[in-house]
Amino acid sequence: MSATKDQYDLAVIGAGPAGLAAATLAAQRGLSTVLLDEQEAPGGQIYRAITRTPLRNPGVLGPDYWHGAELTGPFRDSGADHLPGTTVWSVSRDLEIGLSRQGAARILPVKHVILATGALERPFPIPGWTLPGVMGAGAAQILLKASGLVAQGNVVLAGSGPLLWLLAWQYLRAGARIDAILDTTPRENWRAALPQLGAFLRSDYVGKGVRLLFEVRRKVKVYSGVSELKALGDGRVQMVSFRQGDGEEWRLPADTLLLHQGVIPNINLANAIGCAQTWDETQRCWTPQVDAWGATTVPGVAVAGDGAGIGGALAAEHRGRLAALDALLRLGRIDRVERDRSAAPHRDALERAQQGRDFLDTLYSPAKPFRVPPDDTIVCRCEEVTAGQVREAVALGCSGPNQTKSFLRCGMGPCQGRLCGPTVTEVIAEARGVSPAEVGYYRLRPPVKPITLAELASLPKSEADVAAVLGRH
Amino acid sequence: MSDLSGSEYDVAVVGGGLVGSATAWGLARLGQKVALLDEGDVAVRPSRGNFALVWVQGKGLGMPEYAGWTKRSADGWTEFAALLRDQTGIDVAYDRPGGFFPALSEAELEARAQQLQRLHNQPGVVRYDYEILDRAALRQELPFIGPDVAGASYCPLDGHCNSLRLLRALHAGLQHSGVAYRPNRRVERIEARDGGFRLATGGGEVGAGKVVLAAGHDNIRLAPMVGLDAPVRPERGHIIVTEKTIPFLRHPVGFIRQTDEGGVMIGDSFEDAGLDVGVRVGVVSTIAERAVRIFPLLGPLNVVRTWAAQRVMSRDGFPIYEQSATAPGAFLATCHSGVTLAANHALALAPHIAAGRLPQEFDVFSARRFHVPEAA
Amino acid sequence: MFQRLPNAAAERVPFTIDGRPAEAQAGDSVAAALLANGVQTCRATPVSGAPRAPYCMMGVCFDCLVTIDGVGNRQGCQVRLEPGMRVETQDGKREIGL
Ligand SMILES: Cc1cc2nc3c(=O)[nH]c(=O)nc-3n(C[C@H](O)[C@H](O)[C@H](O)COP(=O)(O)OP(=O)(O)OC[C@H]3O[C@@H](n4cnc5c(N)ncnc54)[C@H](O)[C@@H]3O)c2cc1C
Ligand code: FES
Repeated sequence: MSATKDQYDLAVIGAGPAGLAAATLAAQRGLSTVLLDEQEAPGGQIYRAITRTPLRNPGVLGPDYWHGAELTGPFRDSGADHLPGTTVWSVSRDLEIGLSRQGAARILPVKHVILATGALERPFPIPGWTLPGVMGAGAAQILLKASGLVAQGNVVLAGSGPLLWLLAWQYLRAGARIDAILDTTPRENWRAALPQLGAFLRSDYVGKGVRLLFEVRRKVKVYSGVSELKALGDGRVQMVSFRQGDGEEWRLPADTLLLHQGVIPNINLANAIGCAQTWDETQRCWTPQVDAWGATTVPGVAVAGDGAGIGGALAAEHRGRLAALDALLRLGRIDRVERDRSAAPHRDALERAQQGRDFLDTLYSPAKPFRVPPDDTIVCRCEEVTAGQVREAVALGCSGPNQTKSFLRCGMGPCQGRLCGPTVTEVIAEARGVSPAEVGYYRLRPPVKPITLAELASLPKSEADVAAVLGRH
Repeated sequence: MSDLSGSEYDVAVVGGGLVGSATAWGLARLGQKVALLDEGDVAVRPSRGNFALVWVQGKGLGMPEYAGWTKRSADGWTEFAALLRDQTGIDVAYDRPGGFFPALSEAELEARAQQLQRLHNQPGVVRYDYEILDRAALRQELPFIGPDVAGASYCPLDGHCNSLRLLRALHAGLQHSGVAYRPNRRVERIEARDGGFRLATGGGEVGAGKVVLAAGHDNIRLAPMVGLDAPVRPERGHIIVTEKTIPFLRHPVGFIRQTDEGGVMIGDSFEDAGLDVGVRVGVVSTIAERAVRIFPLLGPLNVVRTWAAQRVMSRDGFPIYEQSATAPGAFLATCHSGVTLAANHALALAPHIAAGRLPQEFDVFSARRFHVPEAA
Repeated sequence: MFQRLPNAAAERVPFTIDGRPAEAQAGDSVAAALLANGVQTCRATPVSGAPRAPYCMMGVCFDCLVTIDGVGNRQGCQVRLEPGMRVETQDGKREIGL
């Protein structure tokens, strides 16, 4: 399974549930398909290391994890080529994929692209979040899935959202230690989410979720209504401090602090291609603008899965199949009637998978102080820019993140805004008293992941490209 | 940010890029009441995408006065940077170690030498030192050049700064001196009325005694409203930036320089591409290849960003400064070397605008030079 | 501080951390291998010199940057550990071979 061809009908970028399902269906129905992913093995985030996890006991990760094998098997047999360990750093308007693999860059022309680049953990800017020993809960989960590693010593989990509880449950199953869970879910979210409770109760989330929550709460001390969370320590985290509501300050020893407040779409590649994006007020994140098939505003480019708005792993799978069917239509392999007919069961399944989502989105909408942090908190980890500096730049007249970026270098580091972008948008919006939608987001450019200058230099150039540079020399 | 309606200013500067900001800063320094009207977060803004050279060598072939104007600004930069630092505490990292312009073949080096000679042979041109270094001589200065490098021209007057910090320092200075900076106020219309000007923006109307058009590409649209002409076109340039690296290169080397923060900036290209700022991979690849041939040690560095920005180019590449004949309070200022010329815009141009009159020495920069029918 | 679950053993992979011999296992990323060996800090930032360690483990944050086989600023969480790899923690800006 290696890419031997010089071009493909379809490139799917990202080998999570969305990408695996899309590539499988497309290849099965005759498109020459290549699946590209940075990781060495298929699975994406949820099914990470599904084909090779060292965890012998399937009970640790739970049945939802092992469902991933139902995707990797058919993919292997589908005839699609797989390029693991491949970073996609650019997709041009003419659908030329810029990729880098084992230190060598290359351009791969295709006729259609499905971005299935998934989600990343929402930034959780608190004082001290850059200290060694503070990590994402998702990061800890990756260490568990791929390496069978768990944190030791005093372990504190903090934040909100299903994944936080899932990790706690998996840790307990693995026999790992958790000292405390600091639940930052704002109390008022319960009231806001109530109207969606009905739909949630009819969804598949309920049974699993409630059982899991119950089990974790029985075994671990949970502090609820947590505010003013801080990671403290000299050279690494040693302590967490927090309040419950307006109560007095608590301190707990912590060797590891695992933070999580939901996931947001990984939009960098779509943004760099020039796909229009919109601010999602419920999920409080930027999302590429897509139609019911995942098609973006750029011809030939679709987004499937969490990259087009968080819907979860099962939804991602169905959205991948819908995007693949649309690709078949756009490449002239099937007609509209056939696309819609084939799509029907996937649409039904998608609807089922999405039921109850609104409730979770509203309930776990992160508390404002953790989205719009106080002045002394670092928002841009790469360039070490604080929220206060962003506010000062707004006072100088910066009206959006591209201006604060040029004034402060905020968002200019190697992560290219992935860990500061949403925060910067919200900080500026609050300071200006306007909506995040009005403030906007970074304008990103390739490479969306770093490649070396030598790799860049090695790529093919047209005569016009050379003339553009040498014309004046 | 209050609404603008009914506001009255001595000068309204249109465009908050480097040209407009430097001019507004200079005007405010002289006690003028200034409004600076700007677009929003996403705009065609060469001021955020430039290469940050304060560069003298090679400029002015075809217009000797431009060579003098450029040298004057570069000479004024030390004072300009000091004024900014004193006022705002921001160090814009101006350094003038002298600049090299490398050649990748004997033919390139020869062409460079001839070009500089022709420039300096022009009657009335300002005198300054420069040298042509062969490969051996260049290696004394830059030991890590690659085997393809044939030599370079060198001029001690060249330098560079941190242009993003320059923009920030100017804005901090503007705030300090009470300039009304107004983003999200794209100027839609300008009317000369009652000896002054009314400017209609998305966020209300501004009145001012004088107006300075420093709106870059948008000057094309705005200039005719006050009896001026701004025949400029966009010229796209690509730039690459690497990760932060330990300091190894103090001199700007034409299109390669290391910033004070450690990143290596590499330019540059010259394309007619309308206002499309999309990045073309083939062009950045060509730029990268040239850079690696000049300094092979750059090859393993990670590229963290590339971008394309639009230079504001007049037909002959020289700036346009002009006062309106029909509405004499209106001035036009446009150029593509807004960093190099920032010191002049702040310290030399602004005083004339404050006084209400561009002296005769600026006639050569008038757009009238484009109005003579071109010889076939 | 991370420890391996007792029933999660796989083939051992020898490598070095700042010249010292170390061992991790097949399937580990370089970042995981460092954490499994008790490495608390993998780099100091080029801006303030603050210590950092892997934060996201999924290629997003760039806090896991280390030098691998002489090549600086590589994302440890995205590189699979190979036998004999020379992994070095970093201090500040990228070195360049002058
Ligand atoms: C750290 C983390 C842990 C999670 N754990 C769980 C869980 O246990 N249970 C659960 O229900 N949900 C979990 N979620 C949410 C779940 O991952 C998503 O709902 C689901 O994975 C979405 O599937 P997807 O196919 O859209 O994206 P993903 O599964 O995220 O797959 C995206 C893939 O794209 C690749 N990629 C991204 N950019 C590029 C590029 N430029 N070049 C090449 N490849 C690229 C990535 O390596 C990744 O493999 C987790 C999310 C995160 C971020
Ligand atoms: S830990 Fe975040 S990029 Fe590796």
